[in-house]
Amino acid sequence: MSVVTASDRTLPARWAGLPSSGTWAIYGVLLLVLAVSWTLILATGGNINLTNTLVRSVALGIVAVGQTFVILGGSLDLSVAYQVSVTAITASVVMDGRPDRVWLGVLAVLGVGVAIGLANGLIITVLHVNAFIATLGMSLILRGGLNAGFDNFAGAVPREFEWFGYGDAGPVPYSVLVLIALVVAGWFVLRFTRFGHHLYAVGESEDTARLSGVRSARVIIGAHVLCSLTAVLTGLFIVSRLRAGAPWVGPDGNYDLESIAAVVLGGTALAGGRGGVLGTFAGVVILALLDNAFNQLEVNAFLKDVVRGVIIIAAVALYAFRQRDPIR
Amino acid sequence: MSVSSQPAETSPRNANERPVLTMRGITKTFPGVTALASVDLDAWPGEVHALVGENGAGKSTLMKVLAGVYQPDQGEVRLDGERVRFHHPREAQERGVSIIHQEFNLLPARTVAQNIFLGREPRRAGLVDQRAMERATAEILARLGVERSISPRALIDRLSIAQRQTVEIAKALSFDARILVMDEPTAALSPHEVEALFARVRALQKRGIALLYVSHRLEEVIAITQRVTVLKDGERVDTVPTAETTPDRLIAMMVGRDLDHYYPERSERTGVPMLEIRSGGNDRLRDIDLTVHRGEIVGIGGLEGAGRTELARAIFGVEPFTHGTMTLASRPVRITSPRQAIRAGIGFLTEDRKGEGLVLIQTIRDNALLAFRSARRTTRLRQALGDEARKVDLRAASLDQEVRLLSGGNQQKVVLMKWLSTRAELLIFDEPTRGIDIGAKAGIYDLMRELAGNGAAILMISSELPEVIGLSDRIVVMRDGAIAGELPGGSDEATIMTLATGERDALVAGSAA
Repeated sequence: MSVVTASDRTLPARWAGLPSSGTWAIYGVLLLVLAVSWTLILATGGNINLTNTLVRSVALGIVAVGQTFVILGGSLDLSVAYQVSVTAITASVVMDGRPDRVWLGVLAVLGVGVAIGLANGLIITVLHVNAFIATLGMSLILRGGLNAGFDNFAGAVPREFEWFGYGDAGPVPYSVLVLIALVVAGWFVLRFTRFGHHLYAVGESEDTARLSGVRSARVIIGAHVLCSLTAVLTGLFIVSRLRAGAPWVGPDGNYDLESIAAVVLGGTALAGGRGGVLGTFAGVVILALLDNAFNQLEVNAFLKDVVRGVIIIAAVALYAFRQRDPIR
Repeated sequence: MSVSSQPAETSPRNANERPVLTMRGITKTFPGVTALASVDLDAWPGEVHALVGENGAGKSTLMKVLAGVYQPDQGEVRLDGERVRFHHPREAQERGVSIIHQEFNLLPARTVAQNIFLGREPRRAGLVDQRAMERATAEILARLGVERSISPRALIDRLSIAQRQTVEIAKALSFDARILVMDEPTAALSPHEVEALFARVRALQKRGIALLYVSHRLEEVIAITQRVTVLKDGERVDTVPTAETTPDRLIAMMVGRDLDHYYPERSERTGVPMLEIRSGGNDRLRDIDLTVHRGEIVGIGGLEGAGRTELARAIFGVEPFTHGTMTLASRPVRITSPRQAIRAGIGFLTEDRKGEGLVLIQTIRDNALLAFRSARRTTRLRQALGDEARKVDLRAASLDQEVRLLSGGNQQKVVLMKWLSTRAELLIFDEPTRGIDIGAKAGIYDLMRELAGNGAAILMISSELPEVIGLSDRIVVMRDGAIAGELPGGSDEATIMTLATGERDALVAGSAA
């Protein structure tokens, strides 16, 4: 049988493995920001250092990959900042400066990460608490717990653990390699695993996903566990650089709102279902480039925030404009 | 009753063949409502079986029971004679029962292949095997003859409505569907697309698939089906061979009374112009010339997306006209917000009654006075509403009852009270009877006619052609944001569809017979 009608217009095929046009666009913006900021820095006699900029984006970049996962699934995690603090303190207290306890510290924080991620995911899916409220509540719980027990640096990580924060493989720091590996892994998971496919589906329409037999609760819980594990990784990176954990390391980095900003700047829809980690990586690097440029040009820090705010809003407005439904 | 167990003469079959589906004594109740009362239904392989009935007759509920969305309270479903109980739509799909909803279950940002295999992606070495998925999708699309027009890698939101429907059919085929339910499949299609769909339906039929065809469009039912089951108020009225019936007889069965008495008499006399729009336009509308007189009901017809609701929203100032002129009762007006519209004497009964028309957790009184308070700057919050309540024949225990507890018909009456209290003289009804049961529908029609008789001008938008035809004094048909033409009340569906689609061969029944 062959029924081809005028209404079935021919459409160009598109290789499903390629990043979407939105991803290309954000990398275009990235190059533009790079060119403008470096030109300005060089013109005013400063020096440019890509490696340095990348190292500065590692802490935010790692947790932003996790944040991308939960946002793609239609959720979000506001508790990552305090998860970073909890990880930093737990790691430094458990390791207590002893090289033979590094493994124990890592194991402990992984356990903490899985527990917090599970808790967030279960509160959202089983108790049906809105993700914003659930993770805000979790954030308060963690903050209260931290401040009750610690008011300064506690414990220490051994010198052997500093490779993560300071070590490098030739010209490239290990931490940058870890970030890049994580981004590639995140892209791979989203693109090639069932979990990734189902995450997009649940984020776009939980009803449609569920009617197709996708166990949406598991998918959302899984995304939260992964997100918490990236917060743990960021916490380990920070404690490795600071050599000890303190309760303020997470909130001082603003990892909660900054990671969400990087994700949406990278083209992932806050409503879920559209976007990916490649865009997030670009978003993180753009924010780091801006930071670097403002520091080098010695621009007022408040103006810096204004510019960042404008860029984030402009980017999301642009995505909203592109996203208008072509059929209506 | 005896007809229902007999296959229609139009689809000859071997004596040893048996129905692929038998539903017996299906009963389903929801709190306060019996949605289905002991309904029987059969479907034979290769049969196209229509399911017709007014809104609320139980068609959707019956199909949802079949597809595993609902579990029946009583009764049994058999596939090939074997009793089945589906607890999830996925179980039904895996047993070969697929349902294509009017609102498709597709993810716009995912590809055709990803949608078809959602929840059962083929894997190789633990990873999703994109290639296998796309190859299988391409094969199914080729079976449907659309391999050149729909790529497995196309994103759903780049496809037309007709193509999305084809993707849904492909998804059903990927499950080896033996029973395929299509819910209002032609609601958003142009006549050409309907022709293509019918060709596809016939091809599916040849494969021995049983199709259950739910539709309001009786010409189509006559054109494409072999048997028709009529439901009314949750009960099966009858199952008849299509060849032995006519649209009029089906309607009589659906509404349970003769059509002549269903809609109120048209009025012979119309008054002075109430609303005049000249060359009205905005980014959704262009060249709108429209006059509505006092005492008149003007029906607005057209396909989904033709600009009907946009017209109402422009008149009411939600998305105002950016050019052209508008006069109300011969006074030039510029309306750029609903507040101005209300003050000018316009009332808008929106399609989305629960979202836009009412505040469900407030009382009847608060809802009925909502627009009055904003329009009249009054401090008299407890204005008597007895007159309004009596006029619309509201059935409620008290005016202090919360509107969420009322039936759809009574909720619509509360919305109407809201506009009666502001003394609105131009009333815009958008889908006035959607989700309202048949008895209450006739009540709403009578009320609209009575309002017109008392000097109001009424503009009615409806997707239900019989309603537009039966109730309107004049019918204005829209297409692509403009007025395609005007017809007298009582015009036939084919003429309206020709105007609505801009295609000459709009009469599907005629070309398919």
